[in-house]
Amino acid sequence: MQIQLNGESFDTAEGATLEHLVEQLGLVGKRIAIELNMEIVPRGEHAETALKEGDQVEVVHAIGGG
Amino acid sequence: MSEQQLNDKLVIAGKTYNSRLLVGTGKYKDLQETGAAIAASGAEIVTVAVRRTNIGQNPDEPNLLDVVSPDKYTILPNTAGCYTAADAVRTCRLARELLDGHDLVKLEVLGDQKTLYPNIIETVQAAETLVKDGFKVMVYTNDDPIVAKRLEEIGCVAVMPLGSLIGSGLGIQNPHNIRLIMEEAQVPILVDAGIGTPSEATMAMEMGCAGVLVNSAIAGAQNPVLMAQAMQKAVQAGREAFLAVRMPRKAYASASSPLVGTIS
Repeated sequence: MQIQLNGESFDTAEGATLEHLVEQLGLVGKRIAIELNMEIVPRGEHAETALKEGDQVEVVHAIGGG
Repeated sequence: MSEQQLNDKLVIAGKTYNSRLLVGTGKYKDLQETGAAIAASGAEIVTVAVRRTNIGQNPDEPNLLDVVSPDKYTILPNTAGCYTAADAVRTCRLARELLDGHDLVKLEVLGDQKTLYPNIIETVQAAETLVKDGFKVMVYTNDDPIVAKRLEEIGCVAVMPLGSLIGSGLGIQNPHNIRLIMEEAQVPILVDAGIGTPSEATMAMEMGCAGVLVNSAIAGAQNPVLMAQAMQKAVQAGREAFLAVRMPRKAYASASSPLVGTIS
């Protein structure tokens, strides 16, 4: 199914959870934060948060900045 | 003679810091240089930006927070690049999740890309929302004393007026306004943006600012690590001079050597 990931179309498995998505992106154990349809999803809830077609997901991390 | 020890700490949102120099992590050549410069600055509060991960890029590349560890530094996530209150609030919430509930943030809502001047209307709105949401907000603003006071009243834990435009290195263009802001303030006032050289950081500190936030002046130096060291000394010198209270200015000369007993 297609979701919007960081503003772009992204293909992930039907019924995937945020935990699956993090695995698919190779970001397991990385310092990231996830927003699903404009709401923060705490790390502890990634495994039980299922994605559906058209969901808007933001995955962010810290980079250099002032 | 041993150096006079001062029990002079910066307190922000109830937490105590020895260093009054806050530094950013942007514009460095690589993470190694970032880490070395931050360490050389002696800073304890370090700003970072929050951005989308690059999908498809090597996920194993080192992360900024591996170099600037939250165990060692107080990480101050910023909302740089946000032009609306809504985006700034979202960014802060993502940052809080990213940093395991850490709620100290640097709010900046920008007005346009050419000047990066703060959009005060959006900044005030975002500050109100964030404070209600439990964030401890250090806020980037212009050098308007009325706005600075308003941001304090909203509940911001520190107010950070610009010395001049972000990344310009033009120093403190309106020291009189910074003084007016400090006269009325009950929260720490830090000069954020515009500092280009250590002498300008010293000037801010001599005026009585609680601290300064520096990024470009260090990262943009030919030798960032050496400049970071210089900034640390400059901020300390300025703070000590402020506490020592400068001599009065006089219109005419006043000899430093005794006028009696000369040989003529």
